[in-house]
Amino acid sequence: MPPTPCSLCHSARALVKRPKTGQQVCKDCFFEVFETEVHNTIVDGAGIFKRGERVAIGASGGKDSTVLAHVLCLLNQRYDYGLDLFLLSIDEGITGYRDDSLETVKQNQVEYGLPLKILSYEDLYGWTMDRIVAQVGKRNNCTFCGVFRRQALDRGAAQLSVDHIVTGHNADDIAETVLMNIMRGDVARLSRCTAVTTQSEDTIKRSKPFKYAYEKEIVMYAYFKKLTYFSTECIYAPDAYRGHARVFLKDLEAIRPSAIIDIIHSGESFVLEQSVQKGMKAMQTCLRCGYMSSNDLCKACALLQGLEAGLDRSALRQGQENNLTVPEGHRTIPKFERITSGASTPTTPIALESIEKPLKAIAM
Amino acid sequence: MSARTEEPELPSNGLGYQPRIPSPKPLGYTSTPGPDTLEIRLEFGGGLHLLFSQQPRHTIHVPRHVPSSSPPKPSDMRYLIRWLKGNLLSEREEMFGEGDGVRPGILVLINDADWELEGELEYELRDRDEVVFISTLHGG
Ligand code: SF4
Ligand SMILES: [Zn+2]
Ligand SMILES: [Zn+2]
Repeated sequence: MPPTPCSLCHSARALVKRPKTGQQVCKDCFFEVFETEVHNTIVDGAGIFKRGERVAIGASGGKDSTVLAHVLCLLNQRYDYGLDLFLLSIDEGITGYRDDSLETVKQNQVEYGLPLKILSYEDLYGWTMDRIVAQVGKRNNCTFCGVFRRQALDRGAAQLSVDHIVTGHNADDIAETVLMNIMRGDVARLSRCTAVTTQSEDTIKRSKPFKYAYEKEIVMYAYFKKLTYFSTECIYAPDAYRGHARVFLKDLEAIRPSAIIDIIHSGESFVLEQSVQKGMKAMQTCLRCGYMSSNDLCKACALLQGLEAGLDRSALRQGQENNLTVPEGHRTIPKFERITSGASTPTTPIALESIEKPLKAIAM
Repeated sequence: MSARTEEPELPSNGLGYQPRIPSPKPLGYTSTPGPDTLEIRLEFGGGLHLLFSQQPRHTIHVPRHVPSSSPPKPSDMRYLIRWLKGNLLSEREEMFGEGDGVRPGILVLINDADWELEGELEYELRDRDEVVFISTLHGG
């Protein structure tokens, strides 16, 4: 086959077929369109960033967050967003899985010259995923991990006094989540999971600048730019249900690449009826650790209590109501504190593992 | 802790593995170089090397023509993938191949070009072609 010319500059040889548009583009035009599309997602409407904002990039050392760190640094300069960027990594404590990827994040820290903060489950919760899996088994470990990671990112962001967390979720990830929510009957989450930015009262803003970026293009970008990332799979077999959803999605994409965007669009189009929304609980803060929660206890505190009590998977059914006193000898999560630039009076730091802490927290 | 700390910094490759393995020893069956074979350089990224004896890079020699095809059919990507499954893949075939091709979610580049621009399975191999397979299915 004779080389195909680039459909944008008409001079260089096309090296990438874009899944979204079918366009055949050369390397330089590919970089250009990829970066410009991410920029467009960022500035669309009111824009996701504010000048001077401190932004943490949730960095795992994998392809998505590595490309995100690279592209954000570049766009921040090119378009003068005026952002203060940070890398924020979570160490789940999974032997042989995170070691290499955390090394990669440390390398990224040097390459991009961004401050890096690593927060471990061990320090926050007193439990590594290795220990959690040893106790609860391999069936629901991802539920624990997901709840703990979400909170860990928020806590890390609070410690960095960051206003905003960006993650590397790409179009394929979002389409997969839409499918998962449909398959679980969780329609209430559909429009939320497709939003570029989510922020409810009192939570740290989160955004997905790669909402419209196909995984294929992210991988191609990393390959052509020779970026340092690490591909690995968690040793605790990820959620099989999700695995099937992913394979299904890839099969659809192979037949019709627009399937990804179409599914995202479907997710966006679900609008909850008023009555359903009213049924959803109002937010408060966890009485034990101060994290935002729709119950007296946040999910992490409830899960941790189950773990501390030596429960197996049944820890998942740990109640979230009126559980104010921590059972004797149980570990608690350090108080969640949001360090906003002088706005709220900082509370005195509370010693870790104090069982009086939650009582103090209520009294305050 | 990884052993990498003692090793010199190696250039990154954009393929999601640390290029710390010094010189790949020839692995698996490769027919000997000669006028009837094509030399193909392979690289496996995105974690795929785990399926190929943990080696990201391989140089192989495949027959110039598909064996016992008449009239002789030039070896193409379809043949290369079949050859890989029979000769180089060390485990879990379903993680790599599907039907005649590769599993959806695995990207293929031929001499740095997306194989979707090169005719995919019909692409006829040439001596010293470089073929890269990258899985997109592993964690981000
Ligand atoms: S696969 Fe599950 S246990 Fe492993 S890192 Fe992901 S969420 Fe955690
Ligand atoms: Zn071009
Ligand atoms: Zn809590």
